[in-house]
Amino acid sequence: MGLSLELSQVSKTYNGQVILQDCSWVFEPGLTHVLKGPNGTGKSTLLRVCALLEAPDKGRVNYLAGGRPLALDLELKRRITLLLPNVGVFNTSVFNNVAYGLKIRGFERREIEARVGAILEVVGLADKKRQRALELSTGQSKRLGLARAMVLEPEVLFLDEPTASIDQENSEIIERIILEMQEKKRATIIMVTHDPAQAQRLGDRLLLIKNGRLFPSKA
Amino acid sequence: MDTILQGFISAFKLIIALDPELLKIIWLSIKVSGAALILAFLLGLPLGALLALKRVPLRGLILSLINTGMGLPPVVVGLFVYLLLSRSGPLGFMELLYTPGAMIIAQFILVFPIVTSLSHTAIVNVNPVIRQAAQVLGANPLQEALTVIREARYGIMTGGIAGLGRVTAEVGAVIMVGGNIAGYTRVMTTTIALETDKGNFDLAIALGVILLGLSLLINLVFRALQRLGRTGSGVVLWD
Repeated sequence: MGLSLELSQVSKTYNGQVILQDCSWVFEPGLTHVLKGPNGTGKSTLLRVCALLEAPDKGRVNYLAGGRPLALDLELKRRITLLLPNVGVFNTSVFNNVAYGLKIRGFERREIEARVGAILEVVGLADKKRQRALELSTGQSKRLGLARAMVLEPEVLFLDEPTASIDQENSEIIERIILEMQEKKRATIIMVTHDPAQAQRLGDRLLLIKNGRLFPSKA
Repeated sequence: MDTILQGFISAFKLIIALDPELLKIIWLSIKVSGAALILAFLLGLPLGALLALKRVPLRGLILSLINTGMGLPPVVVGLFVYLLLSRSGPLGFMELLYTPGAMIIAQFILVFPIVTSLSHTAIVNVNPVIRQAAQVLGANPLQEALTVIREARYGIMTGGIAGLGRVTAEVGAVIMVGGNIAGYTRVMTTTIALETDKGNFDLAIALGVILLGLSLLINLVFRALQRLGRTGSGVVLWD
């Protein structure tokens, strides 16, 4: 079961402009929460604050395991991960990209090879294992990013527009992977999408961000 | 024209015969310039990375000083190192003047700003999303910095090539602080200068050819490394 995440009156301001305002929500463990909203309303900022990449100006972000709050330290950061909208592909092989998170956690070489091999099969990049990752298409890069996150078996996975700017085929593959992940791993998934149909297909809970405020959404 | 031709013929004979004097000079040149470059990387790469990745007080001023250092005239460096290491100088007690150690110090001063500045430029130009990617994948601050430096590796290597080119071709500083002592501090460039003065063009041309060949070899190796990085044909599964 994934971790649960509680936001308590989170606010964030950039250059005097309010991006997030008193956002409070409980992201229940094991569910997929989909954030919708027009461009520039603070969706990505909210994900970054939740993923502990940025601290809120006001309010609190709490992670809980079995109802007990966790320290916001590196150990916790290694239990969560975020798929960035621009994946940030490292200039090395596909294998090394996916193995990165495991290597920095000190996993054994044999286990890394097994886990990376298995995840590359899932995302359909097994035949590109030795290829230079920067040569992948945009859609393949997104799948690589997803593999890089999934191989860590995160308890909370943030997805910032995982199917934006990619073709239908890659989009379907990524959706299928997310659905499989929900079924098998029961991680807490918090994703941003502009596609209402995708939000309906993937989301257990739908949320709307408007003018920096967070609301529940029915559709 | 005959002198030049004769010089080239004699030079190739020296090279083919692996003349011991020639080999000694080449080896010392490699040792001095190699040590200066390694020292410059040991200090310059962390400094360049620090200036690129952290908010350091007076960063602009430090960078301006380093960039100015890239254009330091070798004879001026030679003069200052000479004054520092001469018997009456503040570091005279170390008795380094006219030793390979003094030559390494002089070359280090010349190459350090190049390595630092080009490392800084290479690291600062890495796409910020790389750093974020390292963060979201659980890197600690050191791992994060190393990941960004790794992404900048080809730019950093270019700094190495530029630095090595400067010190291997440099003559003013090493002749002032090394003294061009036969068998002890005589390197390729100082020998070329000396032998030309003496009218002994064979050894000078031989060393000139070797110096050029060495530069070509270094550039070929770095270009090969860069090509490997671009194509990924090295199949670097573990690195």
